[in-house]
Amino acid sequence: MPDGALPVLDVRDLKTVFKTRSGEVHAVNDVSFSLRPGELLGVVGESGSGKSVTMMSLLGLLPSPPAEVKRGQVMFEDKNLLDVDAETLRSVRGGKIGFVFQDPMTSLNPVFTVGVQIMEPLRKHMGMNKKQAAVRAQELLELVGIPDAKRRLGDYPHQFSGGMRQRVMIAIALACDPQVLIADEPTTALDVTIQAQILELMKDLRTKLGMAVIWITHDLGVIAGIADRVMVMYGGQVVEHAPVSTLFKDPQHPYTRALLKTIPTIQGDRAARLTVIEGQPPIIKAAPSACPFRNRCDVAFDRCASENPPRYDLGEGHDAACFFDARTGAPRDA
Amino acid sequence: MLDQTSKPLVSVRDLKMHFPIHAGLLRRRVGVVKAVDGVSFDVMEGETLGLVGESGCGKSTCGRAVLRLYDITSGEITIDGEEIGQRAQGKLREMRPTMQMVFQDPQASLNPRMTVEAIIKEPLDEHTKLSESEKREKVAELMDAVGLNRQFAKRYPQAFSGGQRQRIGIARALALNPKFIVCDEPIAALDVSIQAQVVNLLEDLQEQLGLTYLFISHDLSMVRHIATRVAVMYLGKIVELAPREALYDEPLHPYTKALLSAVPEPDPSLATKKERIVLKGDVPSPANPPAGCNFCTRCPSVMDICKTQEPEYFEVSPGRFTACHLYQNTNDTAE
Repeated sequence: MPDGALPVLDVRDLKTVFKTRSGEVHAVNDVSFSLRPGELLGVVGESGSGKSVTMMSLLGLLPSPPAEVKRGQVMFEDKNLLDVDAETLRSVRGGKIGFVFQDPMTSLNPVFTVGVQIMEPLRKHMGMNKKQAAVRAQELLELVGIPDAKRRLGDYPHQFSGGMRQRVMIAIALACDPQVLIADEPTTALDVTIQAQILELMKDLRTKLGMAVIWITHDLGVIAGIADRVMVMYGGQVVEHAPVSTLFKDPQHPYTRALLKTIPTIQGDRAARLTVIEGQPPIIKAAPSACPFRNRCDVAFDRCASENPPRYDLGEGHDAACFFDARTGAPRDA
Repeated sequence: MLDQTSKPLVSVRDLKMHFPIHAGLLRRRVGVVKAVDGVSFDVMEGETLGLVGESGCGKSTCGRAVLRLYDITSGEITIDGEEIGQRAQGKLREMRPTMQMVFQDPQASLNPRMTVEAIIKEPLDEHTKLSESEKREKVAELMDAVGLNRQFAKRYPQAFSGGQRQRIGIARALALNPKFIVCDEPIAALDVSIQAQVVNLLEDLQEQLGLTYLFISHDLSMVRHIATRVAVMYLGKIVELAPREALYDEPLHPYTKALLSAVPEPDPSLATKKERIVLKGDVPSPANPPAGCNFCTRCPSVMDICKTQEPEYFEVSPGRFTACHLYQNTNDTAE
């Protein structure tokens, strides 16, 4: 990954708010990140941390109301995706930016054959005729490792198993040679042995096609095996961001450290007792004026309750939003 | 650990649970789904037996069948010295306090129209003759035991978070002082940071109350943490059963090996080094399992014999069971 390369996707200060009957929910708060060509950015967080909502906000996939993208800037090919008209946005979605969703059963249409569904973006975005699209669809199914591709184009989603359906989803997302693929928990609904197949497939495809990928997951194990950089989200904010090996070797945010300690492993020492992060993840009802993790944090002090920490640059592409400096073991200067 | 003095609290022999498939206008029986097909194991007193496998392998059905939530097809189940395999549902009632269950989805297994107190009290209403005030006192004690604030007794389940709801489910299971609890994926629906809380609670309760668990899960790393011994299921059969350390350090069955190698490790340096066995294809349908060994269609070390003859489930070395032809030969020569 050349460091100097211009990012394909650059997100600045994105803020999304949901208006509900019981008040506002600030789901995404000033999230900034960039994605360089060909890299895989992992996004980790628990449910409700805002990781999916962030990605859906980028592409205008959230229903409004209740959702409202309050501010921010999403630069893709010199255009701000938050400003462009619906038509342009539609051509980007499914075209240059592909999306794979978590549940392959609900995101495929049960009444159309898989072939029709793969050919749809090819005909809409690439202007192919039926014949060309059919040829390309077959290539795509072969690319994602579905045997007997030609015959299977005529099958319906229910005739595929879960892992195969996820492969079809990936084929659809790849149909128009996207520059960016956003994968939202693509393996969460799958068994581990099938997950291993999809992970291998993704590694393969990335080297073959050279696209940039954003991979959303709650599974740190998956991230460790596949990502180049990782962004950890909590309470709608990015709390830590680092190259993958740095994040696992030298986590700086108390939440990341705690998270890495709570998960048991299948190799190495077996802890007699699991470390627990006490308490619950917060629901952010107002624009944050304090650290969202302070109530569960073991190093929190008064400043954490009165100010929301910015992302401190720690060098070498590593930053953490915490007033406490874990390296010196003391609070950072005000 | 498994010492020689421990005796089995639960003993299952050749348990089969087949579900008929009906089709056509007359709903004729056209086949069976062999969800659990000849499973044998013991659960020792005070231990946790982990039961792992992928979705559809029959692990949940097995757990439910052991508690006789189904009328089983055949087999013997002995719990606490009583044979319940063929006992009529009505006569099972008196056994129910001994054996309880914690369900996967705390949202679906708690009645939204009952208060927490009513939910935890219900087993007491059904099975005990305690007075109303005694019951209320017992409910409060249970809520303390599982770490719920007893002031929330009058609230409804939807007012609680996922982890807290699972605590309500656990409190209900504990109400009748059971000896044996089947935990069916109790943490699958919870966030990572909450999973640890619930697992620690289960371990504490086991220590305090001397409980025996059958812990069903697809999460191999969590099972490594909580289980004393582990059984691996594939397509309705146990393919390997061994003490925890043995199974994770030196798995025997090719399926166990593949399953363990597929678990992503949260360590980038390990992830690049690790040799991953990626299985080809999907699990066959349990309505139409392959001839011979169930795993022969995906097995990396498949032999000719595997495609014709079903491997026998036997004890390879003390405490270690497996069903694989690779180890069958060594057994023959030993005899």
